[in-house]
Amino acid sequence: MDLRLIENAVPSAAEREAIDRLLGPPSSAWRGGAERRPGLDTHVAYGGHALRSQRHMLLPALHAIRDATGYISPGGLNYVCQRLDVPPADAYGVASFYALFSLEEQPPVVAHVCDDIACRINGALGLCQQLEDQIGPEGTPSADGKMTWVRSPCLGQCNRAPVALIQRAGLDARDETQAPTTGDAVLAAMAGEATPKPDFATDGSYALDVPQLLDPDADLYLLRRIGRIDPENIDSYRAAGGYEALRRAFEIGPEGVIREVEDSKIVGRGGAAFPKGRKLGDVARAPARPHYLVCNADESEPGTFKDRVLMEGDPFALIESMTIAGYAAGCEQGFIYIRGEYPRSVERLQHAIDMARQKGFLGRNIMGKGYDFDIEIRRGAGAYICGEETALFSSLEGYRGEPRSKPPFPTQVGLFGKPTLVSNVETLMNLPRIVLEGGPAYAAIGTEQSTGTKLFCLSGCIQRPGIYEFPFGVTLREVLEAAGGVPEGRELRAVLVGGAASSFVTPDELDMELTFEGTRAAGAALGSAVIMPFDDSVDMTDIILRIAAFFRDESCGQCVPCRVGTVRQQEALQRLVAGRPLGSVEDEIRLIDEVAQVMRDASICGLGHTAPIAVQSAIHKLHLFNGRSATT
Amino acid sequence: MLKGIRNGAKLYVVDPRRTSSAQWADAWLGLDVGSDIALANAIGREIIAAGLENREFIARSTLNFEEYKAAVEPYTLEYAERETGVPAAAIRELAHEYARADRAQLCWTLGITEHHNAVDNVLALINLALLTGHVGRWGSGLVPLRGQNNVQGGGDMGALPNKLPGGVDVENDADRARFEKVWGTQIPAKMGWHLSQMFEAMEDRKLTALYVIGENPAQSEADVGHALELLKGLDCLVVQDIFLTKTAELADVVFPATASWCEAEGTVTSSERRVQRVRKALDPPGDARDDIWILSALAERMGVNWEYPTAEEAWDELRSLSDWHRGMSYARLEAEGGLQWPCPSEDLPDSPFLHGRLWEDPPVGPLAPFHAVEHQPPVEALTEEYPIRLTTGRRLESFNTGVQSSGYRSPLHRGETIDIHPDEGAALGIADGEVVRVVSRRGAVEVPARYDPTLRPGLAFMTFHFPDDVATNLLTINATDPKSGTAEFKAAAVRIEKLSVAARPEETEAAVAAGGDD
Repeated sequence: MDLRLIENAVPSAAEREAIDRLLGPPSSAWRGGAERRPGLDTHVAYGGHALRSQRHMLLPALHAIRDATGYISPGGLNYVCQRLDVPPADAYGVASFYALFSLEEQPPVVAHVCDDIACRINGALGLCQQLEDQIGPEGTPSADGKMTWVRSPCLGQCNRAPVALIQRAGLDARDETQAPTTGDAVLAAMAGEATPKPDFATDGSYALDVPQLLDPDADLYLLRRIGRIDPENIDSYRAAGGYEALRRAFEIGPEGVIREVEDSKIVGRGGAAFPKGRKLGDVARAPARPHYLVCNADESEPGTFKDRVLMEGDPFALIESMTIAGYAAGCEQGFIYIRGEYPRSVERLQHAIDMARQKGFLGRNIMGKGYDFDIEIRRGAGAYICGEETALFSSLEGYRGEPRSKPPFPTQVGLFGKPTLVSNVETLMNLPRIVLEGGPAYAAIGTEQSTGTKLFCLSGCIQRPGIYEFPFGVTLREVLEAAGGVPEGRELRAVLVGGAASSFVTPDELDMELTFEGTRAAGAALGSAVIMPFDDSVDMTDIILRIAAFFRDESCGQCVPCRVGTVRQQEALQRLVAGRPLGSVEDEIRLIDEVAQVMRDASICGLGHTAPIAVQSAIHKLHLFNGRSATT
Repeated sequence: MLKGIRNGAKLYVVDPRRTSSAQWADAWLGLDVGSDIALANAIGREIIAAGLENREFIARSTLNFEEYKAAVEPYTLEYAERETGVPAAAIRELAHEYARADRAQLCWTLGITEHHNAVDNVLALINLALLTGHVGRWGSGLVPLRGQNNVQGGGDMGALPNKLPGGVDVENDADRARFEKVWGTQIPAKMGWHLSQMFEAMEDRKLTALYVIGENPAQSEADVGHALELLKGLDCLVVQDIFLTKTAELADVVFPATASWCEAEGTVTSSERRVQRVRKALDPPGDARDDIWILSALAERMGVNWEYPTAEEAWDELRSLSDWHRGMSYARLEAEGGLQWPCPSEDLPDSPFLHGRLWEDPPVGPLAPFHAVEHQPPVEALTEEYPIRLTTGRRLESFNTGVQSSGYRSPLHRGETIDIHPDEGAALGIADGEVVRVVSRRGAVEVPARYDPTLRPGLAFMTFHFPDDVATNLLTINATDPKSGTAEFKAAAVRIEKLSVAARPEETEAAVAAGGDD
């Protein structure tokens, strides 16, 4: 391609090395090689399709540069572009799409401090204040130029709030999440003090994530191995029943697996609740080849952290589940797309993949059954929208993470334009049970329309936050009670059910059944199973302002209704909160409702469709602005 | 082509320069200037040696294969690597990819034809298409890409020294008689001169009057200094053009003409032989007149009444004489959005594949002959005195001598430069942007040097888009292909000289100012 490289921008040695480690040495001077070989590079050059088919390496390459130097310089961008035959203008558009990449020079150590809803009611704002006092304003380098800090949307550790993600670039590049943390701990970590590596066997940290571990009566399935096996040892997993399901899958064959999944009536846990069996069958029958399997682990919905707990606590189960799904759908290659804010999930899963490969559970001829399958991990880089499946494909392919219009659906035209089974972590991890116990047995768990067990993410104003597993059919009241309810002496005001893209419910709706049909009937949605209660100490206007700011930041900007609508919504809310509405309070609310309708009707993807839901439910159900007048 | 690439087509680019197209290619073969036949013959030999030739097609539809096979036998990959500079492995890959492709095209422009052996270059490529059967079928073929919308149409209408309209040979008595009957006049029985021969005839004073329509030879000819002398020496020069070109400025009479794409009715023919209607959208400015009107008025002054035909009437007369165009009424051109010749009758469809006949069993019409051709290096060899190969060409945003493109502002316009590799610049002590003197055996120009890493040491590039500033064609060689009359614009030998310090006052001052107390 005619690249039009950035003029006078040369990669540093560190950038070159980082890219060469990822992509191998450059093939010629035309591809960024340092030396022009006379008689060779002067008269021949290769490129074209072979090179451009590597476009999907763009995101890993940008990560490699960031890990090496902390930011993506024009020279580094040039070098990546020469290596992958992508014009810098195009690659710049990709790099600038993601929050975790900086195209401006920045210090090698950056703390991302979550100030999203769960964290801000658990001390995050004080933490930010401390960093501002001791380092300087958000985004500016510290006095010694070695570090900086920024505010971040939800980091997926809401049960451990407040939370910080510390990025360290350079030779010892290692991203690290601190949860829960304090200002002092963040500062110490930024200064280079080593944080002890958590040990699953000795520290009780899994009980922080899964409080039901301490309840001998809890009937867990998805969570049953967490904290009880060594997540870094495949034999520990196998001793706890691992890989029995894959063996069973090979016995009943792909058709058998599809039949059991159809019989199980399981629907997707990612939010859209689509019947899993149908998706699986559609991909398996799609004539185009190859088929791809994509595990959507870009869990970014504020308040959601269940997939993280599964990946960190039982990584081999995800690998086995994906292998079963890949076998049924006829895939030879699977990808796990993990949000960039989950460094430990990446580490654990990469280790699990390597180990599974070593033991013959991935790669050629798995378990001697003649099935070839492998898995690659791709790190996201800070973009909520990439949890939308088609945006995830775009991101994985090396483009800006912008959603695509559907149809065509991923089962026919998905990743790289091929039939693709895309599935959420939790959904996939139900497959072993379905295969082992049979579809009908699984369908007997839960309710008629919502079968199986479900993970709920409890955080916010709650005594024992964490992930809870219940068979479908449990009510909101029961879940809240299991988690100990709001803190002693406080009064429940509202519960955010489903996530920021879902709605608030009031204390008189607690008998709502937490099933897909039950929440729908109550005018809510199960979403990613966020259950976030708020008590009377919380300023709810602050919460919905944060939600509105979140959607404005995270709108990818591709379609007008969402790009403009999320901004208008935030502006109207700010005016209402400030007590300076344009016209009357009712006028502003009418405007918010009208904008919401346009976003619902005309946005390309779910982000635009759902961005106004929480705001509208806060206005209409919590009556947030009732009684406010234009002058107060 | 980019659409084809997006659809998965492979692209191989053969060009001394690593052009923008080459950067899209699966492989770029940067051969040395003027070694095209060495490369093509080596590809042919490799295809035969690997047994990848299309034997069925060769046996059924071609002639002289054995002669060709014998002629290319010495053109081994090693020989080709030596002559072209391209590694043998790349040549082999291209040969195999071309031969094994389900469908393949050879596309070329002036890099093949602006050589002293232009026709041989083309024949060498035709041989490859015959060898593999990549001709006359959907998606396959030989595609000379034209630089203008109607180059093909000009030739089809008889603006060639040896042809009457419709590709009719002027020296064929029976055909000529047909035209004479309709035109009511006598046509010379011998073919005329082509452009280069005309200039030779001017030199010999055999040609003393010239009527130029829509050309600017005063700036476009190779060795333009000499051409200018000859044009000035004419007894009478008439120029018909839409601009007052440098040639028109020399003319005794200038006929202001209309822009044929917007101010006149008519047709154009693209390089795929597709005839399309052109419609008048604007009234021409001032005294500008339609070409047909000017020619008719001229005829009238000469005592013949052509009755000022409309474009359609002129077209219908052509149709009465040309088998290619007989079926192409204006109504049909309009209804079908263009037609490809040959289209001999209004009842018959047009012909998307000129050489589809070769695939009939048995083939219709004459068989296609191989023409064995030999590699000949450029006329002007590189010497110690003139060590750098200068090749000329075009840039995306400009058009030929700039008559039609220099009048526009474009962010891409950057004036004439001599492009050289940065290493060459360093070796010669020439900075990027420094004005240098470029000298060939015929002349010299002063022009800024521009570093261009897509070249290589020993290879320099210039355009001729800005002849008013830099007369590039003072440098080019007037060695012409005997068969086509095309000059070897692509290969001159030059040297690049630093200008003396005295010749660069501004730079000297700047250097002194910057030098400080060093």
